Amino acid sequence: MTTVLLGGAVALIFFYAPVDQDGLNQKIFYFHVPIALTSYACFGWGALKAFQHLWKRTPGADLESYVAIHQGVIFGAMTLVTGSIWAKVRWGVWWVWGDEQLVLFLVLFLFYCAYFMLRFSVDPGPQRANLCAVYALFGVVLIPISFLAIRLANSYIHPTVFTSNGPQMATSQLATFCVAWAAMLSLAYFLYRFELAGKRLDADLKELRELLA
Amino acid sequence: MSTEEKYVAAAYLVVFLFVLVYVLIMAAKLSRLGRDVAELTALARERKRAGQGSTEQPPKQVRVG
Repeated sequence: MTTVLLGGAVALIFFYAPVDQDGLNQKIFYFHVPIALTSYACFGWGALKAFQHLWKRTPGADLESYVAIHQGVIFGAMTLVTGSIWAKVRWGVWWVWGDEQLVLFLVLFLFYCAYFMLRFSVDPGPQRANLCAVYALFGVVLIPISFLAIRLANSYIHPTVFTSNGPQMATSQLATFCVAWAAMLSLAYFLYRFELAGKRLDADLKELRELLA
Repeated sequence: MSTEEKYVAAAYLVVFLFVLVYVLIMAAKLSRLGRDVAELTALARERKRAGQGSTEQPPKQVRVG
């Protein structure tokens, strides 16, 4: 499913979507923005699982929150790198410190990077799970700020495609964008399940090793 | 190949490399877990065998005469 969607997205980007005034550089947009939105989704999912852990004490919610945030950081890193490449072509520089969207996304990314420092500095157990859950919930506040910053900012360096008047692009471009976003969400879900299965197996094996010791 | 084309190719290559490296790391971890499963299975079998050996009844001595 993920492979088909990714293949379909690449085919649509290069053979179906028209090149607009941004030139060939616009092809980066079809992966860059879906990757950024997917990282928001991963952080949001991580926060939801953290909330479930704190509220209902759902078994395994802490691990699911951790894996989702790990995915979010990976997709966040991809967002920063692809965005920098796009900026280099469009603006002639790798990074613009005056752009609120870029800086806020970097803050969000670094905030969640620090999540791992917190997690691995506390011994495994209920205390660590609670601390990490609270931290993940604090981080989720940054998501709407980061998303809305561009729309509230006075400087309009960063292009805005989705406005209150709807998407500012042709139907073929929007369709391509939607397929690319579905592909990224599917990829994130696949990697999430893959990593989660590995982590659960690892935890089971540790328990088994202790029982057999 | 123009400079713009090179940058677009680089952006796609970066995404591909990120996913590839991630999958390779996960595959290595799963391989390690597979070895752990094999090791624990062998340990459990050994325990079972040792347990069976210790619970076997000693042969009864028959008094003659």
